Amino acid sequence: MHKNLKKILEVVQDSSISDETKGIIANACASLKDELDFIKSNLDSAEDKEHSHAILLKEVTVELGEKQRALVEVRAELTDAYEKLKAGQTRLLQTEKMATLGELTAGITHEIQNPLNFITNFAEVNRELCEELLIELEKGNGEEAKNLATDFKVNSEKILHHSQRAATIVKSMLQHSRTNIGEKVPTDINSLCDEYMRLAYHGMRAKDKSFNVNLVSSFDDTLLPIMVVPQDIGRVLLNLITNAFYAVAEKRSHMQRNYLPQVSIITKNQNDSLKIQLIDNGSGISEEISEKIFQPFFTTKPAGEGTGLGLSLSYDIIKSHGGDILVESHENIGTSFTVILPHKT
Amino acid sequence: MKILVVDDEKDVRFLFEQRFRKEIRRQEMYFVFAYSGEEALNYLNENPHEAVLILSDINMPGMSGLELLETIKKKFLKPPPFVMMITAYGDETNYQTAMKLGADDFLTKPLDFSQLKEKLKEIN
Repeated sequence: MHKNLKKILEVVQDSSISDETKGIIANACASLKDELDFIKSNLDSAEDKEHSHAILLKEVTVELGEKQRALVEVRAELTDAYEKLKAGQTRLLQTEKMATLGELTAGITHEIQNPLNFITNFAEVNRELCEELLIELEKGNGEEAKNLATDFKVNSEKILHHSQRAATIVKSMLQHSRTNIGEKVPTDINSLCDEYMRLAYHGMRAKDKSFNVNLVSSFDDTLLPIMVVPQDIGRVLLNLITNAFYAVAEKRSHMQRNYLPQVSIITKNQNDSLKIQLIDNGSGISEEISEKIFQPFFTTKPAGEGTGLGLSLSYDIIKSHGGDILVESHENIGTSFTVILPHKT
Repeated sequence: MKILVVDDEKDVRFLFEQRFRKEIRRQEMYFVFAYSGEEALNYLNENPHEAVLILSDINMPGMSGLELLETIKKKFLKPPPFVMMITAYGDETNYQTAMKLGADDFLTKPLDFSQLKEKLKEIN
């Protein structure tokens, strides 16, 4: 029993109060003791709980520390993976660039051989003209000498024109093989369309001798130069044109003889943008496929023939110029791609 | 001697007229030009038996030089005119195809005009 309660009981026993009162006090002390015991046991269990909580807290802290370390590791792994992915993507882009370059090679050969043919031959004609000119001058035949000199001048202009033509081709070939990001320069979209149409056409023609198509171009003369990365937009055009060529070649392989493959390229000035439309009367795209065509790695070409990046890259390029690219297609009737480029990209 | 030159490059006309100016002046040779296979066939349809020699580029938009050659040799005039093919790619497949289709000669760009003149002399 509690010390103080014992003392109270002893004092009560010694006092002169009645036995009945002593009994009441003794009972009260007994129940008071029970209550005290109860409170004590409650306090003890609370203390126990607090102790176990402290242990648990310690454990959790340790666990959290471990988890944090693990997270740091995961983060490092992710950063590493991201870097690898980025490097891989750069390589893929380069692969796609080289693939288009390969597609271009034949076209480039043709486009360089033709100006070279003119340069060589006009230069030789000029050499002959010079010899004749000297003879006529010696004879004192001024009138004839004048005629020869005029021809000489015109020929020199032809040489210059075709040299510049070849230089442009070489330049665009170089831009195609470079990895760096191109700069936006004022670009004549009509001549860009014309250039890439020719390159794609001769490229296709060199690969597939039986390939044939009626090329139609309708260029809006009111188009003003806009600021774009010419090799990037060129790549989009090349991609769309090549796809159109594949679509007409595909249809031709399944069709009767009276099918006339046609690919048209149309430019049009709009309020604050310009529109490039590429229309073919080829095999067309089903609705199911047309939903996927802008996804990376999606291709309908046989394995090894397409990277599946062409249209997804085109999409990224047009979006990065603040423009839009849309497709409309009907199976067996044809496909129309529309590229919108804002005047202020 | 009338020669039909078929090439989609317009400056070809100017080049031939300069290269053959003496022959043209002396009226030994006459040149006509067509800028596509279709145009060449139209000319041949309207002026049969005129051109004795056809010089054609292979790579042209629309009808290719090889298709033109095939049409001329199969469907045209008897005897068919002499056809020389000219191409920017002197590759074996092009050469074989042209020969199989009945080409009489095969030249590559850049065109060697002194060689061409020699060949023309032989034909004449």
